[in-house]
Amino acid sequence: MAAITLTVNGSSRQVEAEADTPLLYVLRNDLELNGPRFGCGLGQCGSCTVLVEGQPTRSCITEVGAVAGRSITTLEGLGTPDRLHALQRAFIAEQAAQCGYCANGMIMAAKALLDSHPEPSEPEIRDALASYLCRCGTHNRIVAAVQRAVREG
Amino acid sequence: MNAITRRGFASGLLLSFAFAPALAQQTTPVAPRRLPGSLNTNRRLDAWLHIGADGRVTVCTGKVEIGQGAVTALMQIAAEELDILPGRITMVSGDTALTPDEGVTSGSQSMEMGGTALRFAAAEARAILLEKAAARLGAPAAHLRVQDGMVSAPNGNGVSYWALAEAGLLRREATASVRPKPPAEHTIVGQPLPRLDIPAKVTGQAIYVQDMRLPGMLFGRVVRPPSYAAQLLGVDLDSVRKLPGVVAVVRDGRFLGVVAQREEQAVKARLALAAAARWSLPSALPVQADLHAHLKTLKHDTTTSSEKQAEAAPVAQRLQASFTKHYLAHASIGPSCAVAQYAADSASLHVWSHTQGVFPLRGDMAKVLGLPLDKLRVTHVQGSGCYGHNGADDVALDAALLARAVPGKPVKLQWMRDDEFTWEPYNPAMVMEVSAGLSAEGRIVDWQYDVFSQGHNNRPGNPARGINLMPAWHLEQPHTPPYPRATPQPAGAGDRNAVPLYDFPNQKVLHHLIPEMVLRTSALRTLGAYGNVFAIESFMDELAEAAGQDPVAFRLEHLRDPRGRAVVEAAARLANWQPGTRGDGSHGRGFGFAKYKGLSCYVACVVDIEVDRATGGIRVARAFAAADAGQVINPDGLRNQIDGGIVQAISWTLKEAVRFTPERVTSQDWDSYPILTFPEVPQVQTVLLNQPDQPPLGSGEASQGPAGAAIANALKHATGLRLRALPYTPDRVKAALERS
Ligand code: FES
Ligand code: FES
Repeated sequence: MAAITLTVNGSSRQVEAEADTPLLYVLRNDLELNGPRFGCGLGQCGSCTVLVEGQPTRSCITEVGAVAGRSITTLEGLGTPDRLHALQRAFIAEQAAQCGYCANGMIMAAKALLDSHPEPSEPEIRDALASYLCRCGTHNRIVAAVQRAVREG
Repeated sequence: MNAITRRGFASGLLLSFAFAPALAQQTTPVAPRRLPGSLNTNRRLDAWLHIGADGRVTVCTGKVEIGQGAVTALMQIAAEELDILPGRITMVSGDTALTPDEGVTSGSQSMEMGGTALRFAAAEARAILLEKAAARLGAPAAHLRVQDGMVSAPNGNGVSYWALAEAGLLRREATASVRPKPPAEHTIVGQPLPRLDIPAKVTGQAIYVQDMRLPGMLFGRVVRPPSYAAQLLGVDLDSVRKLPGVVAVVRDGRFLGVVAQREEQAVKARLALAAAARWSLPSALPVQADLHAHLKTLKHDTTTSSEKQAEAAPVAQRLQASFTKHYLAHASIGPSCAVAQYAADSASLHVWSHTQGVFPLRGDMAKVLGLPLDKLRVTHVQGSGCYGHNGADDVALDAALLARAVPGKPVKLQWMRDDEFTWEPYNPAMVMEVSAGLSAEGRIVDWQYDVFSQGHNNRPGNPARGINLMPAWHLEQPHTPPYPRATPQPAGAGDRNAVPLYDFPNQKVLHHLIPEMVLRTSALRTLGAYGNVFAIESFMDELAEAAGQDPVAFRLEHLRDPRGRAVVEAAARLANWQPGTRGDGSHGRGFGFAKYKGLSCYVACVVDIEVDRATGGIRVARAFAAADAGQVINPDGLRNQIDGGIVQAISWTLKEAVRFTPERVTSQDWDSYPILTFPEVPQVQTVLLNQPDQPPLGSGEASQGPAGAAIANALKHATGLRLRALPYTPDRVKAALERS
């Protein structure tokens, strides 16, 4: 096992792990973050999404060694219950979760979208979320939440 | 507001008051008076409520949160009847050591059973508090007013619940003699109270069982056989034991698993163990293309779901048709997960699980593990949405079987994606055969219906008859599942919603339950209702066409139930339904209606679709729904359920079928089992018909059947093609269009 230094949510963190460990397990188990979640481990569902240098990245198929020294943002890095990010506030306002297991991927993908397209149209939002899966059928509320975040910033 | 967080997962007891577990499993006295809802089986007031001197109220419910907001709605009910702000309440749900035994959270029963019980328990608790206040204040109880737990007398004197609270206050049997508030006085029930759990879910707080971290926790993974029938020919365990971080390798019969220090080590060891195992792989499954014909050849147990005979006009024309659907997966986004920890002396076990029934799971697990019931505690912690009986219960036994190898150490085990897809109990494939006679006036005078299906209800909970935990079937000393039994009408299971709500003078509905597990099956949202409503409502359109009538008018002709009529009319109005319109070859709209289970929520649905004739692709452009779920407890939560059900049904209808070869299930991931994605999800417009004087009805399963049927009818309307076989995937639609 090697010592690997990561920059997560603005702080520098050192972990002991094999370089080929999926970033997801390091974030969840070593750094005790809950935002990114295991959904498939195959890069298909998006529930493990984090931002690496601002780009939405599937942490289940990203080796931790490949992101050493790069800036990683997780759901926790956007905001906390006391200081919510606009997207988190909008997801609560729209009650855009049933089980909520997919919410991490949705919010992180939306964050990346709004960073590059501050005023996306509804079809653009749907396209940006096309590879993020929700089984509860919460899609329309999630779209409404992203639209609300655009409006209310 | 206090969420139902398991503050410090490691801490043993969550409550600050001593709760005698025996009270939660009170044995009922001889010939007890029937009490409302789950109060009948959990008759002590203190099993439900605790009023604290500190101004906090604890509400215990045997129902659990499975992503539908049930726990929030139950809290609203308790707050309403007690006249306190919801923020004072701590909800404790689903723990064999702490809460009432309410069986399984399913069948949209949380409001009907758990909600009713809480309503009566809280109303009675309030009356007990008022009686004490009356003595203290020297004023008759009837003259007292309560605001957020503060009781005041007409002369201005007051005393709070918290000052009146004392140990043993509610240590008594409920009588249900205090009438709950009339709905007109409700100020909390009926309001769109934000869900308790959503802030935590959008900020990454620990809320799911997947998020549990206990001191010294290890990680487990299992290696399943490649198919149901595969036998283990040999396995080299030693090669796996040597891998980095591996703490234990477990083999019991054809059950295989690993325990490791780190999660990625467990995942690697799982791959190595799979590679080290040699299996037989017999061809034991039918050819999928012949599935429905095959199902009909199997032994089946027939029960009569409904039979009616009356004088009626003679049959002038008779129509008949056969409808089919394939196996559907729950396909939870997060694979099932559990944490299990044996005591260091192996004498007791604590399991944390997202099961829908902590008590039934405990019963089956105790039998398999040879533990007395009181040595096995099961605590509910939320998981990903389950939509019924997914892998939740199985993985709890998996985790326990691995934890048994490392006494004293907690083991967390989350299934990999393919574990969930290939081993979960699916919603059964079904065949629905229907034949009906129309009179010369175009009325249905005779209706014959046969549904063939495997069991829809193979949950744990009958340990004396067999074990419904899949890992137990693979042990050296294997357990077998109980022989499936039909669930009686009116709820039914395979024949759920097989009895139409329409009024036909003559009808016979037969349910043919196939006991053989071709693929493993159990409860998925709606059980048989989705398939039956698809068949009935498709056939109603066929009959309307044969009778030369508009589908909506034809339904109303046969429907006396006033609430059903109101819902049909409301959906038609909402969608601006115009009789006599024609599809243009690629655009069309369809209608579907049902009263869930024949005794629950009414939903009518209209969808507009577009068909790409070149590819066979169908897009649902818009959906409209009208719903009557009785008294509305939380309108926002109700909409979320109705809309979510429609989206899920569009996915089932347009995309889904579990794939298999004669050797094995081949739907292993999201590529081989695709579901609906954002660009394919239509806008849904829903109108709720509130019935403040009627009991609240569960809604999580009410819209799927009508939505699926509406798509079938829209396809016919658009293209003239009546497709009686689900799903409507592009290849199948294209082939059917070319044939037609
Ligand atoms: S868990 Fe990473 S994409 Fe599904
Ligand atoms: S809210 Fe449950 S998967 Fe999206």
